[in-house]
Amino acid sequence: MAQEFLMQNQSALAVRGICKHYPGVTALDNIHLDFFQNEIHAVCGENGAGKSTLIKILTGAILPDQGTITIDGLERKSYTPHEAMFNYGITAIYQEFNLIPYLSIAENIFLGHEIKRKNGLLDTTKMNQEAKKALNLLGTNLDPRLQVKTLTVAFQQLVEIAKAITHNLKILIMDEPSAPLTTSEVEILFRLIKNLKERGITVIYISHRLSEIFELSDRVSVFRDGKYIETFKTGETNKKQLIQSMVGRELLDTFPKRKCVPTETVLKVENLGVKKTVQNISFSVKSGEVLGFGGLVGAGRTELVRAVFGADRISGGTIKIKGREVQIFHPKTAVKMGIGLIPEDRKQQGIISEMSIKENISYSSFTKVSRFGLIHPGYLKAVAEKYRNLLNIATPSIEKKIKELSGGNQQKVVLARWLATDCEILLFDEPTRGIDVGAKQEIYELINRLAEDGKAVVLISSEMPELLGMSDRIIVMHEGRIAGELSCEEATQEKILQLASGE
Amino acid sequence: MKLKEFTLSIKKYAILGVLFVIILFFTIMSDSFLTTQNLLNVARQVAMLGISAVGMTCVILTSGIDLSVGSVMAITNITGSMLMVNAGLPIFPAVLLTLMISALIGLINGMLVAYVRVPALITTLAMMTILRGLSFVLCDGMPVWGLPESFKKLGQGYAGPIPIPVIVMIIVFILGWFFLNRTRTGRYIYGLGGNKEAVRLSGVNTSRIQTLVFVISSLLTGLAGIIMLSRINTGQPKIGTGYEMDVITAVVLGGVSIMGGEGSLAGVFIGVLITGVLSNGMILIDVSEYYQQITKGVVLLLAVIFDTLAKRKD
Repeated sequence: MAQEFLMQNQSALAVRGICKHYPGVTALDNIHLDFFQNEIHAVCGENGAGKSTLIKILTGAILPDQGTITIDGLERKSYTPHEAMFNYGITAIYQEFNLIPYLSIAENIFLGHEIKRKNGLLDTTKMNQEAKKALNLLGTNLDPRLQVKTLTVAFQQLVEIAKAITHNLKILIMDEPSAPLTTSEVEILFRLIKNLKERGITVIYISHRLSEIFELSDRVSVFRDGKYIETFKTGETNKKQLIQSMVGRELLDTFPKRKCVPTETVLKVENLGVKKTVQNISFSVKSGEVLGFGGLVGAGRTELVRAVFGADRISGGTIKIKGREVQIFHPKTAVKMGIGLIPEDRKQQGIISEMSIKENISYSSFTKVSRFGLIHPGYLKAVAEKYRNLLNIATPSIEKKIKELSGGNQQKVVLARWLATDCEILLFDEPTRGIDVGAKQEIYELINRLAEDGKAVVLISSEMPELLGMSDRIIVMHEGRIAGELSCEEATQEKILQLASGE
Repeated sequence: MKLKEFTLSIKKYAILGVLFVIILFFTIMSDSFLTTQNLLNVARQVAMLGISAVGMTCVILTSGIDLSVGSVMAITNITGSMLMVNAGLPIFPAVLLTLMISALIGLINGMLVAYVRVPALITTLAMMTILRGLSFVLCDGMPVWGLPESFKKLGQGYAGPIPIPVIVMIIVFILGWFFLNRTRTGRYIYGLGGNKEAVRLSGVNTSRIQTLVFVISSLLTGLAGIIMLSRINTGQPKIGTGYEMDVITAVVLGGVSIMGGEGSLAGVFIGVLITGVLSNGMILIDVSEYYQQITKGVVLLLAVIFDTLAKRKD
């Protein structure tokens, strides 16, 4: 049947045997995929499935290790982003726009290929006219002389599309374009996308929102763990089948088991809100328990733990620690209350990169290694050696700068920093991101040991197996709210994904 | 790896080498350079610069900058002299009040930077202009004469063979070293340059630290201003013009990264000495004022180029 489909449609863009490896990770593994002319082709998959890597390769932002890309029948091994945009008409629109806020719409549209007069000066009149034409084509009457920063997100997106149209757009890649839009704006966007398809443009549409995929796309391709799985004609499949295809991996039981039973409630959060990102969240964690948080990227999980930790201001709700209500306005207070946060962005927010391992370990508890108000080098060393042994931090010396360690060992140092404060509540935000397999296993064992020692653990993870393997309970978030809670026994990948996609 | 370690060690000791070469050069060029008398003279000349440099080091380590130190020197000069001459206060309370005023200026700078989030460059640039004007207003543009005779001792006296300002500078450097290396506040200051969010998430009140460094910078410059007042024995509203540039030059020469987070007071001490030796030596071999300025500028530029290139290798 696929054969028959191929015969009818001309392939606008064909991906053949594309591979991309990063140290320790295979981002894309031997991908073969055709995108046809006049089609809206949805691509879906979990976090880390390889969608973003595919986009980057298609737009020339990164080079594949192997494989070719055929555009209009011409086979190519690699091309630059400039060639992709101006020669082949491939444009990607990301969630973060590439617009310059202080320039006008027209200036943004013609950025990089400005129209000039004979004397070398910019032909503003002509650019405004052309921009106006492009905007009209998209069904809007915007004044091209307006400054981009005055526009709403939806109109900024339009400007991005208009920019693509003016240089011979053939393939438009959209990465979660509906995420920042309101419902009515999404409708307008969809009409526009269908309109572009009518005009012979191939739209590659990447989304987590299954309902959109069914409303919009002609075909949908599924990726999982860097591999291409299958392509459905959208009309011939359903949400259940799609979800199954997305998670279809077998769960390997590689997660060490804990030997402990949760006891008293340590942290209780009620109706917590954070401006714009998190609404009405209530949960509690017991001593010796690992509470997992599932959800898609941008569901508000990071914002939630940051707010609990006092890193961002809460807009409502209460936090109770061991039954006592506390006000946490600053991480400093959180640390005093015995909370530790292992942040998602280790490089920027976790490690103090220019400092030694030993100082990183004691950074939140210098008072414990001080005498008469001065840091005592001997104590500092002793504490560092203790945690180096306890957490098995692999380094020739604790005097080394932390930035010289591998990701997994850096993460252990950040964890050691919190253990050195004797904290009782640990908030892990994607603790194994960018860490190799061996170190991952060690982190899992450490988390178990912490729970067995009676710590209350909150674990945010976008990796399903990790979430399922480590958590006693799992709360799934969707668009800033709790979409559901699953016990260890009832949780499956399918159920989590269903809740996470808001289905 | 080998190469990297090599460049790193060069970076560490290059500054000492530079000092050595400059000393060698002036020793050959002038007979009077390498004499105890002249070297003590150099030390006394750089004492104030050194004291301010310790404060500026704290600020630059957090990736900030303090342009107001030259004007702080002027305002402490004027207020100190007027408190003693016009208000007739005894030396000790006058000095204490003056130091408190300089600390207050630092507090305003720091709070504007840390809490209102005005960039440090702009805040201290504005403060520099305001304080300079204020210095002239306070004394009507006229020098303040008639300081008590006993006040001279601080800036002009000796303890044994060593000038008192030099002793003060050395004490400030030692205390500064302990503060930056052995107290947690000091380690937070180092962490703030480049890793602000990580430091904050470690449970540190980063805004308070950011405010504190400006207070330290202003307070130490206030101290330098009082020593300066004692040396010249008159309150001068135009004193310290361009002083901020000398201080920044010495700190950057000493290997403190303008991006923050890296550098040591030992390096800064050598940076201060280089600045002092350069000025002194060029006067001895009769280089004109204009060429001295050119030389200082070139030296600063070379230091920054070196710092940037070393960073890029990482």
